[in-house]
Amino acid sequence: MRALPRSTLGGVALGALLMSAAGVGAAPDGVIRVGSKSFTESYILAEVAAQIIEQVGEARAERRVGLGGTGLTYRALESGAIDLYPEYTGTLARVLLKDGSLETPEAIRERLAPSGLTLSGSLGFANTYALAVRADTAERLGLRTIGDLARHPELRAAFSSGFLEREDGWPGLRARYGLTLARTDVMEHALTYRAIASGQVDVMDVFSTDGQLERLKLRLLDDDRRFFPDYSAVLLARREMTERYPRTWARLRGALEGRLDGARMARLNAMADLDGRRVSEVAAVFLGGADPAGAGRHREMLAELAALTVDHLVLVLISVGVAIVLGLPMGIVAARYRRVGQLELSAIAMLQTVPALALLMFMIPLFGIGQGPALVALSLYALLPIARNTYAGLIAIDRTLLEIAGVLRLAALRRLLRIELPLAAIAIMAGIKTAAVTTVGTATLAAFIGGGGYGALIVRGLALDDTATILAGAAPAAAMALAFHALFEILDRLVVPRGLR
Amino acid sequence: MVDEVTKRFGAAPALDAVSLEVRPGATHVLLGSSGSGKSTVLRLVLGLTWPDAGSVRVDGTLVEPATRDGLLARMGYVVQDGGLYPHLTAFDNVALAAEAQRWPRARIAARVGELADLTGLDGDMLRRYPRELSGGQRQRVGLMRALMLDPPILLLDEPLGALDPIVRAELQEQLGRLFARLAKTVVLVTHDIREAARLGHTITLLTAGRVVQHGTFADLAERPASPFVTQFLTAQTLESPGARPGG
Repeated sequence: MRALPRSTLGGVALGALLMSAAGVGAAPDGVIRVGSKSFTESYILAEVAAQIIEQVGEARAERRVGLGGTGLTYRALESGAIDLYPEYTGTLARVLLKDGSLETPEAIRERLAPSGLTLSGSLGFANTYALAVRADTAERLGLRTIGDLARHPELRAAFSSGFLEREDGWPGLRARYGLTLARTDVMEHALTYRAIASGQVDVMDVFSTDGQLERLKLRLLDDDRRFFPDYSAVLLARREMTERYPRTWARLRGALEGRLDGARMARLNAMADLDGRRVSEVAAVFLGGADPAGAGRHREMLAELAALTVDHLVLVLISVGVAIVLGLPMGIVAARYRRVGQLELSAIAMLQTVPALALLMFMIPLFGIGQGPALVALSLYALLPIARNTYAGLIAIDRTLLEIAGVLRLAALRRLLRIELPLAAIAIMAGIKTAAVTTVGTATLAAFIGGGGYGALIVRGLALDDTATILAGAAPAAAMALAFHALFEILDRLVVPRGLR
Repeated sequence: MVDEVTKRFGAAPALDAVSLEVRPGATHVLLGSSGSGKSTVLRLVLGLTWPDAGSVRVDGTLVEPATRDGLLARMGYVVQDGGLYPHLTAFDNVALAAEAQRWPRARIAARVGELADLTGLDGDMLRRYPRELSGGQRQRVGLMRALMLDPPILLLDEPLGALDPIVRAELQEQLGRLFARLAKTVVLVTHDIREAARLGHTITLLTAGRVVQHGTFADLAERPASPFVTQFLTAQTLESPGARPGG
């Protein structure tokens, strides 16, 4: 589909007009949330879908991309945190529904019906798992099929973690072909490409539409015993959304079903992975829209960075703000009632031992995905330094000074505000400073659950194996951490009483 | 004031059946070396700690949690080195008690000015933070703070303990004049025999939580109740006057 038919554009305009008249556009349910897993193809297909949704104009598109692996993204869809994401029939049948006999989109659709989900027809290509070796290795060892690997147990393999564990991945494959390899390591997919190119790894799992295959001169080994199932790409959606926005769903299916063959998808992937083009451009190229050129791209990048900066600031300020509002009283309570306090502080400390990424993941079943749950997780994470330092600052106050406050008959609140908190100000401020600076860093992880911020660039950069994009996210985050540090040096002068400095 | 009071910290009694009576309007000195229990007496009177046995009365009222606040209104408390809040200026330190009673700003300022005149503190010093003041100045500010609401009873715990000998002698002189002029009931805790002699109408010598002798300085010097009294009085002349006792 190269260009939009005129009648459709007219329809879009009319639809938009009707919508704005009805005020639907402003309503929170006038939104279709598009999710994706965190690899290039998923990003591109989600972006294509989002752009189509925007063209139809029936609803606004909200991008919640790069959610991570299959389980996470599927759960996000089930919980209603997203309405739609690109999936593969093989994954649906074997991993999610655990029934390998489901082969066609129709069969899967029928099975999914009770859970309120539906899917499009095949988009036209299958992204199956495959094993790849370097072309020169294949020549040298005469490797043509997966079965040929059995003759070379000295080869080293690196697999993505999903592939290594899934029944339809390495365990099943090894059994089917009777393979043994010298080493099978888990490795981040994007990094494995580098490792195989430099010869540190001989065999890797790939997706048959990987953009890298052609450029890195990798050869796919033939699955002559037909182990890998059909992984046709489809759009998986909540039926509720398809019913509420029937025109959008129809357009998504019309524009995508059967329109993408494997070679085309591989080229789109290569544009993003290897040419460093933005996912939004790649999607626009596919949809036949304008291809934003150099200068515009630069400006767009800056605009995105500005938007992400705002996102990130919001994440940090709100979560640290909430942590202050909760942590300060918690520290005060802990200092007042020591035994309860120890319990309370241990509980918060325990939260801190949960890795930040895991804490973010725990938010998904509770609160779904997006900025909200990210804020909850970040606030919990910022709680400890603030509560702990407030406690430490308060219990360190000279007992005589507290007794004198009693003798001077200061009421509890006055004593707290006029005497205790100011005397603990240095410790409390240090806690808040620690919380703010570390939250700037931790907030980059929010992007893994669709929370936005600089982490979005880092996640995308990781998925696209694009160091520049990773740095574009990491460097501003570091700068922001430094800025917060400087800001607090100034705040210290204002908040900490002069007599204490 | 204190009747048969026993107070224990752990196994050893800090005060062992101590009784003493303070005449209103007079200055009474609790004399003793550190660990004698003399500071504990003040803390019991202030309701900062409670007796394990016996009772403490102020003007006939039993000191207990229910009466504590009302009684505190009648008492001012001065500790070693002033016990000032480092984050507040001298003025704000002095004003605290009046602020808590919601005095209007002007009345507070007038009263602080009055007290500054009384203690001989330069008005300029009031804007300073405690660490910007000398030890003697801090002690004056501490005294002003205790006097802010003009309480009839003044309790001082080693008020001059942290000062060097010259300032100490000067302030002893000043305190003596001040106590005479204010006609307050004063209980002063010290380990310094000269301070006791100079300021106390009556003196109670304590050791190891027991009263050794109660009387005027002349009584103690001329009619010692036990050899310890003489020993205590003579040992002091050898002791460095700047030493810091714990209480």
